[in-house]
Amino acid sequence: MKRLYKKQNFGSLGIIHFTLILLALVCILPLLFVISISFSEESDLIKNGYSIFPRTFSLAAYKMILENSEQLVRSYLVSIFISVVGSISALTISSMIAYVMTRKDFKASRMITFLIFFPMLFQAGLVPFYIYVVKFLRLKNTLAILIIPYLVTPWLVLLLKGYMSQIPKSIIESSWMEGASELTIFIRVIVPMSKSALATVGLFYLLQYWNDWWLSLLFISDDSMQPLQLLLQRILSNAEFLRSSLFQSASGVAVDISKLPGDTARMATALLVAGPILIVFPFFQRYLVRGITVGSIKG
Amino acid sequence: MSFLATKRKDSLIDRRGLWLLAIPALVITILMQYMPLPGLIIAFKNYNYGLGMWKSTWSGFSNFKYLFSTDIAARITFNTISWNLIFIVLTHTVAISVALLLNEVSRKAVKFYQTIYFFPFFLSWVIAAYLGLALFNGDKGILNSILNTLGREGIIWYAKPEVWKGILPIAHLWKQFGYVAVIYYTALIGLNPQLYEAAMLEGANRWQMAYRISVPQLKQLVVILVMMDIGRIFRSDFGLFYQFTRNSSMLYPVTDVIDTYVYRALLTLGDPGMAAAAGLYQSLVALVLVLVTNKIVTKVDSESRVF
Repeated sequence: MKRLYKKQNFGSLGIIHFTLILLALVCILPLLFVISISFSEESDLIKNGYSIFPRTFSLAAYKMILENSEQLVRSYLVSIFISVVGSISALTISSMIAYVMTRKDFKASRMITFLIFFPMLFQAGLVPFYIYVVKFLRLKNTLAILIIPYLVTPWLVLLLKGYMSQIPKSIIESSWMEGASELTIFIRVIVPMSKSALATVGLFYLLQYWNDWWLSLLFISDDSMQPLQLLLQRILSNAEFLRSSLFQSASGVAVDISKLPGDTARMATALLVAGPILIVFPFFQRYLVRGITVGSIKG
Repeated sequence: MSFLATKRKDSLIDRRGLWLLAIPALVITILMQYMPLPGLIIAFKNYNYGLGMWKSTWSGFSNFKYLFSTDIAARITFNTISWNLIFIVLTHTVAISVALLLNEVSRKAVKFYQTIYFFPFFLSWVIAAYLGLALFNGDKGILNSILNTLGREGIIWYAKPEVWKGILPIAHLWKQFGYVAVIYYTALIGLNPQLYEAAMLEGANRWQMAYRISVPQLKQLVVILVMMDIGRIFRSDFGLFYQFTRNSSMLYPVTDVIDTYVYRALLTLGDPGMAAAAGLYQSLVALVLVLVTNKIVTKVDSESRVF
């Protein structure tokens, strides 16, 4: 019935679309600039600066990166490993605890809920955490410290809990009557019924792990373990880092560094890192939107 | 089954099974969130890496005294709160306006716009910093090129704190507004269509319907979301202030917030005691704020409560 009031003259609709398109441009223009720079010729950038549309076209930067980039491939592998292992474990652990929270008939569930959500209220903060990880757990320069801290992310657990508590109790009870154990109920009943919530939360975890630079900034100094985001950050803060470390010829033959693409390669590297997210996310948007709306309103 | 599993009719609970499901998350949470808590005493110590946190000498409140007697606490607190207030007002105003506009176009168009508005949200601040660099780079950036074409001198963006008073809100808005707009839009399409039909019959036009029906209907959601943001007003988006500004020290007068100060004091200045003191100050104020705002949110809508 909402169609009824959706009638309006073309003039105001035009203005609305114009405004919305303008906003859309603001959103994506910076990305288009980066793409344009990455396909430019280095010498042109040095002479004339960046431009909105490429004045020249060159694939030199991409060629350079793909030919000499042991470090980039390594970082890719690290990021993929962390994202896959991290999000699968996080999703498993979080959905398990979320289900326990929905079992109000289980006496300990209130206390468990409080224990998991209390950190949303009060945290030790960076300094105690940092010193604890470095001096007590001794997890500096390990892949584990890039995964463990995000395994139980309270607001995502909350999202799962909200969804699972809508599953009728009678279904659980009837499985009980048939003699199923809690583990069986969880795997056979709860998980299949929460598929869309699991997809949403899984994507959020994936995004969190893929985009994370915070943990690696704190705990990774070993080049062989730096994920993509940390590699990018180092390249950003030190333009020479790209030329010297990324393109250090593996065979030990000295490369004439000054001839290597600089700015173009920097932007190209950024795009190669952002690429997977940019390509994948429109397809999963539906799930993410649901997560955001449900999470914030019901959260 | 084990002896713990009580399969009586009145309590259909397999306790062992439930504990089994709960334990991994409990262990992780205790390990990552609770075990570091004793480390808070570092705020009251002259921390020495060699001696460790237990053996370092006590310093009483001297770390806090230093923070509050110099201008450090005042400056980082002011920056954190004022930036967050600006972000809250700006983001919600723009997001609500966008949601109202989206509500006027077809669902298909909404999908298209939503995809684009959403994409900055999915980029990390590190990638965003590259986009920033394309715009603000000293001698080659797009903005300076434009200024030059206009016959004006380029600006050394990463060395000029004043210009970041404008850049930071825009960057924050750019990354966040799509996310918040989606929340408001979803609320709008959930409104009762009869409200609009009645208004139409009485001859209301589009603007009147937006202002007299849509906006008031959103009021509760606005209060909830804004309150949640105010609960977090003492924390800031570290990535925006650290990565997006490329941690340029010339910009600190404008960009230094509590989180960046704590990070720097710990890892650059090598003063864990001071960093811990600033961190504890932040955690305590944040706790009070969350409790107060949560109370308000609960009053507005009991379903949104967390605690």
